[in-house]
Amino acid sequence: MFESLSYLALQQYWWAIISLLGALLVFLLFVQGGQTLIYTLGKNEAERTLLVNSLGRKWEFTFTTLVTFGGAFFASFPLFYSTSFGGAYWVWMIILFCFVIQAVAYEYRSKPANVFGQGTYEAFLFINGALGTILLGAAVSTFFTGSAFSVNFSHITNPVDPVISRWESPYRGLEAAINIQNLCLGLSVFFLARILGILYFMNNVDHDIIQTRAKKSLIYNTVPFLLVFLVFLALLFTRKGFAVNPLSGNVYFENYKYMHNMIELPWIAVMFLSGILMVLFGIVRSLITAGYSKGIWLSGTGTILVVFCLFSLAGYNHTAYYPSSYDLQSSLTISNSSSSRYTLIAMSYVSLLIPLVFAYIFYAWRSINRDKITSAEIGRESHIY
Amino acid sequence: MFENIDLSLINWSRGQFALTAMYHWIFVPLTLGLSFIIAIMETLYVRTGQEEWKRITKFWMTLFGINFAIGVATGIILEFEFGTNWSNYSWFVGDIFGAPLAIEGIMAFFLESTFIAVMFFGWNKVSKKTHLISTWLVAFGSNLSALWILVANAWMQKPVGMHFNPDTARNEMLNFWEVFLSPVAVSKFLHTITSGYVLAAIFVIGVSSWFLLKKREAYFAKRSILVAAVFGLISSLMLIHTGDSSTRQIVHTQPMKFAALEGLYNGQEGAGLVAIGIMTTAPGDTNSRNVKDFTMHIEIPNFLSYMAYGKFDAFVPGINDLVDGNDKYGIMSVAEKIDRGRFARESLAMLKTARDKHDTITYNQLKARFDSKEFKDNYFRYFGYGFLNDPESVIPNVPIAFYSFHIMVGLGFYFLILMSLVLFNLFKNKLEEKKFLLRMCLFTIPLAYIASQAGWVLAEMGRQPWVIQDLLPTMAAVSHINTSSVQITFILFALLFTALLIAELSIMFKQIKIGPR
Repeated sequence: MFESLSYLALQQYWWAIISLLGALLVFLLFVQGGQTLIYTLGKNEAERTLLVNSLGRKWEFTFTTLVTFGGAFFASFPLFYSTSFGGAYWVWMIILFCFVIQAVAYEYRSKPANVFGQGTYEAFLFINGALGTILLGAAVSTFFTGSAFSVNFSHITNPVDPVISRWESPYRGLEAAINIQNLCLGLSVFFLARILGILYFMNNVDHDIIQTRAKKSLIYNTVPFLLVFLVFLALLFTRKGFAVNPLSGNVYFENYKYMHNMIELPWIAVMFLSGILMVLFGIVRSLITAGYSKGIWLSGTGTILVVFCLFSLAGYNHTAYYPSSYDLQSSLTISNSSSSRYTLIAMSYVSLLIPLVFAYIFYAWRSINRDKITSAEIGRESHIY
Repeated sequence: MFENIDLSLINWSRGQFALTAMYHWIFVPLTLGLSFIIAIMETLYVRTGQEEWKRITKFWMTLFGINFAIGVATGIILEFEFGTNWSNYSWFVGDIFGAPLAIEGIMAFFLESTFIAVMFFGWNKVSKKTHLISTWLVAFGSNLSALWILVANAWMQKPVGMHFNPDTARNEMLNFWEVFLSPVAVSKFLHTITSGYVLAAIFVIGVSSWFLLKKREAYFAKRSILVAAVFGLISSLMLIHTGDSSTRQIVHTQPMKFAALEGLYNGQEGAGLVAIGIMTTAPGDTNSRNVKDFTMHIEIPNFLSYMAYGKFDAFVPGINDLVDGNDKYGIMSVAEKIDRGRFARESLAMLKTARDKHDTITYNQLKARFDSKEFKDNYFRYFGYGFLNDPESVIPNVPIAFYSFHIMVGLGFYFLILMSLVLFNLFKNKLEEKKFLLRMCLFTIPLAYIASQAGWVLAEMGRQPWVIQDLLPTMAAVSHINTSSVQITFILFALLFTALLIAELSIMFKQIKIGPR
């Protein structure tokens, strides 16, 4: 089945899978966004416990998607794994640190004898929600702004210094945070995660006061989100992009490259605009329609579409998805950084399992979320966060 | 050559990976085994309808959850450290190594994380049978994730199913099934998961023994011991069997590791197996090879030869034979392998130069060389040796390999005897009277962790200096980063993981004291 596809088609297929996993990850960051709102929406212990338990039943989906996103990137585009992770050391280490502290926070938060106290674990959740989302957004934005690295395969023959990929900035990826475009996408992801977190609470928590606070908070987060996201889009569509000559493989600057990609690939434009409209519609309907709680699905689907399109803009239409600002020709494209044809074919067969994974996630999600969470239900549970 | 390489970076990077891997492995084996023990207990609940089994299941499930969370936390670091700290490795073998990691995510992690929510929160939301299926799926998911990471690790110990592509300067997969079903992978998987089952069984038996010693929850404790001891005893037998077959493979795939784990410097026919020994610096170490000798040891004559080759008089090569070579037994010296590895590396350098200069004739000649079987079998297979300067650098730390192997094996047999005694006394209904045995069970819990860690210490330190056996030494796999960056993250993770471990133990002890509800 996959054997009949060309090498380029397989690379494009895997870029689509990476884009999908990235998009799902951003949607699932509603858990992180919700974590930053525990003290905003919950004003007493009972309310906070309700919110934490609502999120706690979903945190592993985000975590697992992040791990799978990393594994899939490694398997399909190992040169990215080697270059970005080995180069932007500090950015990735801080992101990982944020996720390590999240993993234990839910389970240990309310357990007796947890040594550091409930407040510490709640602080872990906040750090994960705030720093994790901003840094992930900023890291993805470097797909458009570039990073200072070089790649030279000949180094492997040098016994003294055989490392192929080198980072050429002493700040090890932290320099991305001072780029305004990166910062805007980082903050966009942060505020979007909070919006999705609020919409999730509106869908899952049966508590009138929390619902009222959630609506108010939705407005406070939507305004800054729109502001920073529009600035990001303006910068993205007006900047020089990293284009690739399909014949020679040479990378060069092209004015308005990402706008050109949008025009030349109209399906991206349609999906992108539909996604934005769905995000906005989900928010607006949740604000104006009393008792409406499905906003998470509208805005969530919109988020998936928008993020999928951003990844597509970075990787398709002869574009370097991980450009080097230090040495243009070291930039990574889906062609020069991928696994071999054989590995991509083998992995493509594995990817056929993804619909099955979606199916059982859907089943399990429905089983647990059939009814909204209430304080009474938590009281009956033997496993509480 | 070595003086130009930042050895401290390599050592700190190794230290950081070892730190995170060892912390991760504190929690994983309990998850692997306890998930099945819980599933068996819940099956008994569903089949018998006895509420006591539900109570037992829920108690162990609580401890499972506490352990699982920190296992997940420490695990995410490992996956990404392949990139952050071993970037050259990520490219050199990412085409093969990345696939199992991705499959692990798609096939195993999602299964585990999806159904764990049903397992913990579904008691009142789904039917009994659906809940039971979810619990079994969590167990299968956990073990499936172990499968894929162990396939990847086995490939590093014995690379198969691939070829080297000189154009991309990396190894590329040729046969997925050869990688997946490699005998080393099968043995490693079975040996590792059964070690987790034994550890979990000892954990359940030990904790239950504490209840019996405290004269609390006797019914709960004895039922828990029954399930765990039967499960543990069967697993122990499998563990010993798979350990034996794993060791036989090491003789062929990693002979240096095999010689090191027995402290065998000079090969011999009819070599004896050192059952117990204490190593010290040898007085006659004329080669300054840091040779160790035994101040005392108990040896089973000819048994090492039998264990390795199935013949009591077979020749087992020692460390000196492997380094210096032994013509009589057809063993090539490391110096020769270094020369051949350098030739392979220089051929690659010439090919790259020819390609850059568009010298098509030379390029095609060299490309043909890399495609020829003769070059692959006699030169490229020693590619990693080309990075080495000193033949003795292929010798791993012998005392660490020796002690970790003997501690693991000795404790493995002890666990088998202990579980047999526990089951015997349980069936005789005399377990509660055997205070000494119960105390032994309790104090065996840390020994199970020591044995488990010792196994990985042997597997990973015993193969040094290789990251990929014979193809890539550790020094050539490391990322191009500052030593200080790795030192800082090492300290941060050491502090964080230690703090989390303290919290985990404190919570675990408290939950045990509270007991089943």
